[in-house]
Amino acid sequence: MNPTDLANQATAQAQNALRLAEQARQIAATAGAHVEPVLAAADPFLFLLTIFLLACFVGYYVVWNVTPALHSPLMGVTNAISSVIVVGAILATGLGESTAAKVFGFLAAMLAAVNIFGGFIVTRRMLAMFQPKKRG
Amino acid sequence: MSATFSTLAYLVAAVLFILALRGLSHPETSRQGNLYGMVGMAIAIVATLLRPGMSFGGIGLIVVALAIGGGVGSYIATRIQMTALPQLVAAFHSLVGMAAVLVAAAAFYNPESFGIGHAGAIHGGSLVEMSLGLAIGAITFSGSVIAFAKLQALMSGAPITFKGQHWLNLGLGLLLLVLIVSFVSSGNDALFWAIALLAFALGFLLIIPIGGADMPVVVSMLNSYSGWAAAGIGFTLQNLLLIITGALVGASGAILSYIMCKGMNRSIINVLLGGFGTDSGAAGAAAGAGGDRGPVKAGSPEDAAFIMKNAGKVIVVPGYGMAVAQAQQVLREMGDLLKKDGVQVEYAIHPVAGRMPGHMNVLLAEANVPYDDVKELEEINPEFAEADVAYVIGANDVTNPAAKTDKASPIYGMPILDVERAKTVFFVKRGMSSGYAGVDNELFFRPNTMMLFGDAKKVTQEIVQALQK
Repeated sequence: MNPTDLANQATAQAQNALRLAEQARQIAATAGAHVEPVLAAADPFLFLLTIFLLACFVGYYVVWNVTPALHSPLMGVTNAISSVIVVGAILATGLGESTAAKVFGFLAAMLAAVNIFGGFIVTRRMLAMFQPKKRG
Repeated sequence: MSATFSTLAYLVAAVLFILALRGLSHPETSRQGNLYGMVGMAIAIVATLLRPGMSFGGIGLIVVALAIGGGVGSYIATRIQMTALPQLVAAFHSLVGMAAVLVAAAAFYNPESFGIGHAGAIHGGSLVEMSLGLAIGAITFSGSVIAFAKLQALMSGAPITFKGQHWLNLGLGLLLLVLIVSFVSSGNDALFWAIALLAFALGFLLIIPIGGADMPVVVSMLNSYSGWAAAGIGFTLQNLLLIITGALVGASGAILSYIMCKGMNRSIINVLLGGFGTDSGAAGAAAGAGGDRGPVKAGSPEDAAFIMKNAGKVIVVPGYGMAVAQAQQVLREMGDLLKKDGVQVEYAIHPVAGRMPGHMNVLLAEANVPYDDVKELEEINPEFAEADVAYVIGANDVTNPAAKTDKASPIYGMPILDVERAKTVFFVKRGMSSGYAGVDNELFFRPNTMMLFGDAKKVTQEIVQALQK
């Protein structure tokens, strides 16, 4: 085989590859055209609901593993973490333009903070008291 | 910082919250779990403060709010007595409820901040979620305030019932639904506040008929509600962290409520409708009164000390009466003295002993009772048969064998601690009055039972003195 033939064959292959790539692109584009409306139709609410339900299951299995002796500290911790609602309060105060929203956000952040600090501290106090039997 | 960053930070916080709950599976890992929770919360707050578009003035306001709230919370939590824990938790639940109401209001007046539409033109779906978060939050608030008042003895712990109560609640519940539907279709601000007011009233009315000893269920249920309220607000704001955390807390409270109800063999509906044993209680007491009764044997603390000193195994059964009398410390002293004499001492905890789940465990831990000595119902029940003494202090209904034998009794089917199988049963009690369920305890009349009449703390103190001799 002489170099010219080789070069010609390579060119032909390259052209084939180009055609294939073009076809693949077209197929992808057609597929995309079908996929896009599906994604757009998927309600963000369904996405949130999925997360919510999965989190319920995680909570269910994790909490059944909590030893009954620690049910009071469990209430303390859940009480503290449910105050993560403070995130909403912060956004309302920091991003808000309406005075009403700022006032509500400020008050909510204050109440949630009582809970966050109070909840974690009282839980820590409770847990510090649970001591194993002294050895020896 | 970008929205991707804050979303990632929220994900980390959510995982840390799950680990916090996971840590509570054992006392040894629990302290670390609590730390995970704190770190998760700190990450969530900082990530939110770094969100793009936060105004400097706004951040300043938030820092002030967090400082005030944090200071108050820290002060209360470090000063509170462990016996006041149930009312503290109830008070904290009310704050979560109120915060949910306020955040819903903030979102209503400034929906642009959360990308859910414009004032007066909020998306329909967001209005549904907002009104649910608002209503659950308001019910949590006023319900928890009542629970707090009952636990703090600001109002009577007795159930408050009146004619047509359940119909009134049902009517108000339906009215609430109607208001929510018309709020969603109109987005009217008067309707927003009408929902809040009605839900406040409903929370109040739902809790007043529930009696003091059912408070463990109520406290767990409100714990659950506070989670659902947070999740509802999370849906409104389309915030994943709020949704995940709300679901975790909601599930946790629901499980605790279930455990508490099972501990009393009552359905949650039965507890919520309140007024325990109004009909069947009288019948049960009447049936009990007709039974065969021996004389009641009363003993002195010295007798009890003598018998326990010579026992091989003593099981202590504490109840709410121990908490009221603040007898946990002296009880532990009694246990220590007995152990010194070679007596094996264990503590038996009924799931609904006290006023909140795990109440007795915390009080015993506070008195430095090692947690390995404290046993749950299923674990300890087989051991009563080999125990020489069961020392019942401040508990009553949870030891009543009528729960196993008397079908007419209102507590029939409730799992009980089998104290009657011990060779000798000591009952520390003020008098012969019946327990919360209004049923006589036939154990008082058994030949192997000895009543120790008096205040739980005083009686135990006298036993300690006798043991020291």
